[in-house]
Amino acid sequence: MSISSADSNFSNMTDLLRSIISRVYAESPHLLHVLYVLQRQFLHISDEAIREVAAHLDLPTSQVDAVVEFYSFFHKIPRGRYDILFSNCTSCGYLARGVDLMAMLGQQLGIVADNTRGDGLVSMGQTSCIGMCDHGAALLVNGMPIVSLNAAMIARIAALVEAETPLEDWPAGWFQVDDNIRVSGLLLKDDLSAGTGLRAMLTHGAADTLSEIIQSNLRGRGGAGFSTGMKWQLCREAQGAAHYVVCNADEGEPGTFKDRVLLHSYADSLFEGMTVCAFAVGAKQGYLYLRGEYRYLLPHLQSVLARRRELGLLGVDILGQPGFSFDIDIVVGAGAYICGEESALIESLEGKRGIPRVRPPFPVTHGYRGQPTVVNNVETFIAAAHIVLRGSAWFRAVGTEKSAGSKILSISGDFAAPGIYEYPFDVTIWQVLDDCGAKDAQAVQVGGPSGTLINSAEFDRRLGFDDLSTGGSLMIFSQARDLLAVIVNFAHFFAHESCGFCTPCRVGTVLLKNGLDKIAGGHGTRHDLDEMQRLATLVKCRSHCGLGQTAANPILDGLQRFPQAFEQRLVHRDFEPHFDLDAALEEARQISHRDDAAAHIE
Amino acid sequence: MSTDTKQNPIAQNTITIDGQEIPFLAGQTIMDAALAAGVYIPHLCHRQGLTPHGSCKLCVVDTGSGSASACTMPAVAGQRISNNTPALNEVRKTITQMLFIEGNHICPSCEKCGDCTLQAMAYHLGMLDGHFPQFFQRREVDASHPTIMLDRDRCILCELCVRASREVDGKNVFAIAGRGINAHLVVNSVSGKLVDSDLETSDMAAHICPVGAILIKEHGYEVPIGQRTFDLHQVSEIGLEKTIPTKVRQPDE
Repeated sequence: MSISSADSNFSNMTDLLRSIISRVYAESPHLLHVLYVLQRQFLHISDEAIREVAAHLDLPTSQVDAVVEFYSFFHKIPRGRYDILFSNCTSCGYLARGVDLMAMLGQQLGIVADNTRGDGLVSMGQTSCIGMCDHGAALLVNGMPIVSLNAAMIARIAALVEAETPLEDWPAGWFQVDDNIRVSGLLLKDDLSAGTGLRAMLTHGAADTLSEIIQSNLRGRGGAGFSTGMKWQLCREAQGAAHYVVCNADEGEPGTFKDRVLLHSYADSLFEGMTVCAFAVGAKQGYLYLRGEYRYLLPHLQSVLARRRELGLLGVDILGQPGFSFDIDIVVGAGAYICGEESALIESLEGKRGIPRVRPPFPVTHGYRGQPTVVNNVETFIAAAHIVLRGSAWFRAVGTEKSAGSKILSISGDFAAPGIYEYPFDVTIWQVLDDCGAKDAQAVQVGGPSGTLINSAEFDRRLGFDDLSTGGSLMIFSQARDLLAVIVNFAHFFAHESCGFCTPCRVGTVLLKNGLDKIAGGHGTRHDLDEMQRLATLVKCRSHCGLGQTAANPILDGLQRFPQAFEQRLVHRDFEPHFDLDAALEEARQISHRDDAAAHIE
Repeated sequence: MSTDTKQNPIAQNTITIDGQEIPFLAGQTIMDAALAAGVYIPHLCHRQGLTPHGSCKLCVVDTGSGSASACTMPAVAGQRISNNTPALNEVRKTITQMLFIEGNHICPSCEKCGDCTLQAMAYHLGMLDGHFPQFFQRREVDASHPTIMLDRDRCILCELCVRASREVDGKNVFAIAGRGINAHLVVNSVSGKLVDSDLETSDMAAHICPVGAILIKEHGYEVPIGQRTFDLHQVSEIGLEKTIPTKVRQPDE
């Protein structure tokens, strides 16, 4: 399998690897970018490639190896020339239209999920939510999103793959990703024209700009809600050789796609906000950490940055202000939800596995490369840019005292008009459901799988840091929806995305997944429900970071608010073994191509 | 943090663990302060002298403002910490069970039996079985090195060897690769095999493994079962590693 196995090719391949690695690294000195190019070119990252990368970047081989194995979009075994990844999200996943589109494609291409076909033409698998939840079922082919999938498209995709049609010649409309802004509020009404916020900022000065952000009561839009002004001030006051501004555009929470829209249509406001922050904290360098699933937005974002440099809004002596220099690099992730956690994101920026750091110390004092670093969400920076231009009072006039301003929601699920809805904080779930036209909701998942699952008795609750906090995902489930299937989906998501650092999350999320599978498969007992409750509480209370601390929320909320969803699947005995004899024969059935009655044990 | 401790200048540098007042120095963690005072907080991935890691979560304590890993949480004046409580020990027992069932631990056939901190922890916490279904993961054994054996079946991902190699041996022989339940120990060498690494028998990393994942070859069963570390000592005895110098050999020894 190794590309270097033939001795006659060895020096050629080594030379080729070396030339690619040094070219890419010179253009963009980030391990993830080097690995991405190698993955694209060779469809996998060979052991030899790992050694060459380590040598060129002066890293331990084990670190490069560890990174390759950590991120979902890097592979040590070759993928197909068409690498197809279906989203498995409840909103944009391959089951979203009620049929198994992945199985359908697999059948037509003669391929089993998570495999590469023998001829190397195509590989197929699933990946966590790709942020296309307002477009129905979606997939990534060689990193490019195709949205609004249906059975007819699956057949055409199979034919295009078999004919080895280049992606450029696939129907352009398939790749069309719309903004779907349904309700505009404070921030979405208009994009700031480039530079207006910065000019306002320069007339105020850094100290006044910072105090304006503090007075606005702006809180982080990622969900945790830390005071943005306080964060900037702590960073500004922290001693360090350099200060950094990092934008977290790794929106991996299933059901969230508002950053996709903001990056696509409001990038100027975002970069303006980052530049404001740089001025306030004294940073010279910023990074936009873009999730790998949104790589298709990279050319657009690069062009916005280039234009801003031409306009003197980035670079040296910005807007003629002596000494005010700042620029922004984009670093693209490679498929890891955990990198949305700010300290894991910083580790990833530094070319390591995305493992959350021990805190304290916090990034504001010890962030990127150990230096004071502000990490904020896309929406937070955009809000900051508006506040600098329009003032803190303008911002505080909307929302509540504790939850000032607006919240941009990505709403998806069982209703006709999924998309972006911006509301003042303090809006009720009822109001949202009414505007969405969601008539028969039985449940709403607020803040994505890591958030809160509420039932109809709680639809008068309000969005805000005091009550229902959300990073922006809102998933609506109708009466027809099988909620246990949703909770099972979320449990699989967390087990897949756990970084593996701490025991409660690494092992616990797998135990929760297995336990739920047992219940959903009709083998669960009352004892299993009690076990789920006990285990879920432990994972929630004892995990190292936010991923583990929230991974069990759907199960705990489900057991509390929708016990019938679990209970109706239980077998009425005290105990049922985990080991399922018939399921254990599945591998043997696949190998022997049998599925007849005699190949089963009932 | 109650106001009375704030007003009392003597209490400025003490914490309370299960009602016992314990002094600490600035910069110490809860674990540092506890160990110095002879108070045992269960732990697997912690070893004094190495950078605290906070991954095994055996040292979870309640600080009043929530759960914390004692080995990484700085001691703060006036902290009131719960440690040796039935509820926390139940949590620790479950975490220990998790470590057992994710790996392949067959104590009776393991050379480390009786010297194994995981096994001793299980006894300490009254663990009678693995409780959860076994994961039966396939893990690679590396017997390539002439004097050191690496059996990943028993690895609990504590990273003691990773840190010992990096911080004490100055070598960087080990790392963790992969994600989630697929996380596994890798060797920093061209072949990925131990034989091609810099690891030597005299390295701390070759001896620090709390379980039987890294073993010295040709030294099996020299101490009979019944006379091994945890046949003679409790895991809760402080400073135990110093009483068994053969097991934790310092590089300058």
